[in-house]
Amino acid sequence: MKKDEIPQDNGALNKLTKEVVYAVDNTGKYVTELSTGWDIKATALDVAWKDIEERVAAAKQKVINKEASPLLYFMELRLMDIGIVAAYTGFWKWTIKQHLKPAVFEKLSEKKLQQYATAFNVSIADLKTMNVHED
Amino acid sequence: MKIDFEHLQAAHCENGVTTNLLRSVGVNKITEPLSFGIGSGIFFIYLPFLKINNGPAVAFRTMPGLIFKRTCKSLGIPVVRKKFSSKEQAEIFLEECLEAGHAVGCQVGVYYLTYFPKEYRFHFNAHNLIVYGREDDNYLVSDPIMENVTTLSRYELERVRFAKGALAPRGQLYYPKENTVVTDEQISAAIKHGIKKSVNDMLRIPFPIAGIKGIAGTGKKIKKWRDQLGPQKAGLYLAQLVRMQEEIGTGGGGFRYIYGAFLQEAHAYHPIDELLEISKIFTHSGDLWRNAAVQAAGIYKGRIGSQHDFNVMGDQLIEIAAVEKKAFQALSQIKWR
Repeated sequence: MKKDEIPQDNGALNKLTKEVVYAVDNTGKYVTELSTGWDIKATALDVAWKDIEERVAAAKQKVINKEASPLLYFMELRLMDIGIVAAYTGFWKWTIKQHLKPAVFEKLSEKKLQQYATAFNVSIADLKTMNVHED
Repeated sequence: MKIDFEHLQAAHCENGVTTNLLRSVGVNKITEPLSFGIGSGIFFIYLPFLKINNGPAVAFRTMPGLIFKRTCKSLGIPVVRKKFSSKEQAEIFLEECLEAGHAVGCQVGVYYLTYFPKEYRFHFNAHNLIVYGREDDNYLVSDPIMENVTTLSRYELERVRFAKGALAPRGQLYYPKENTVVTDEQISAAIKHGIKKSVNDMLRIPFPIAGIKGIAGTGKKIKKWRDQLGPQKAGLYLAQLVRMQEEIGTGGGGFRYIYGAFLQEAHAYHPIDELLEISKIFTHSGDLWRNAAVQAAGIYKGRIGSQHDFNVMGDQLIEIAAVEKKAFQALSQIKWR
């Protein structure tokens, strides 16, 4: 890539910083230049977030339909898979899968609910009702 | 408590941390491309059994931590590296380092990295930054991908140092142990060593998931994605591939350019003209990676999406594999003096 071909599109990272890009100048020597972003990358990120929004909405519907416990909603919302939830809560993956069933979830102790609430950064009340107050 | 520290921005976090930490101990000649090349950062691997954010796991670089480790080892610089099971111990040790005047590299997760834009905050635990002091309750932070330095509160720093999940940092910190003098001869030898290691990584791993075989293998897989996954999910996979490839100045395209820059800088230490010629091949390869990203974007934007379009993208990766094979073979045949 030539230095004058470095894209200067808008990207989400641009809110924080420009990024360093390596490219060659007219003499073929490598130099660095700042870039505000690249449309191709920005769209890839948009696609990822659109998918996440759809997954969150689908999870919410499943909880409303009593097909899953609210854990599923918060896992999608916080971008966590079962492995990550297990790491943050200390529960085994198998246990978490049980807690994903609404009937099992309803019987959980306050202590266990608190472990989930902490991992998802919400209160126990909000954990149960799927309310979210962003930090 | 503030250490005399100069922040230089870099294209890639670990290169930048390595470069800046070395500068903090008086090793001023190691630029970002040199640390990337000496640390044998260039790589490719497709991890078939692992899913990240419900998509494919592809890396265009070596395992996190290796660039710093290898660069220091090759240059004969002793390193301190520590992981912690206790958050309190992790902070006490950090404070001791700062008191002793060491700027310290930390592995962190980006999900809770408050200064990052929300769109970038995934559960990715292999980001690197430098802590170079503390003012009251705020740690002074040099994040090499940023133009300027920033801060994190005690709580915020603890949270990112103890992020959980794959590659959990467990409070890991590292720094060069003491001020060191590195000679040009040492740098020359380290460059040679780094190149040989990369040649091995890219050409001689016998599984079709790593190195240039991995690139071609991924190309073949992409051709099947449309049938296997359906157009929508296949598009998501491609978007993920591009994010892995191009995100934050790094990735497939970016790394190839950094490697091209490395070979040009290597020429100053080893006046062998092939290095400059091979540098051009890496520039070409970087361009091809970017073209492949443009093709992928056509698909995930929904502009194109036929089987033919997936075939084109797959063939682009197979071509890249051929180009890089040529480049690494040429590197393996260099007559070092």
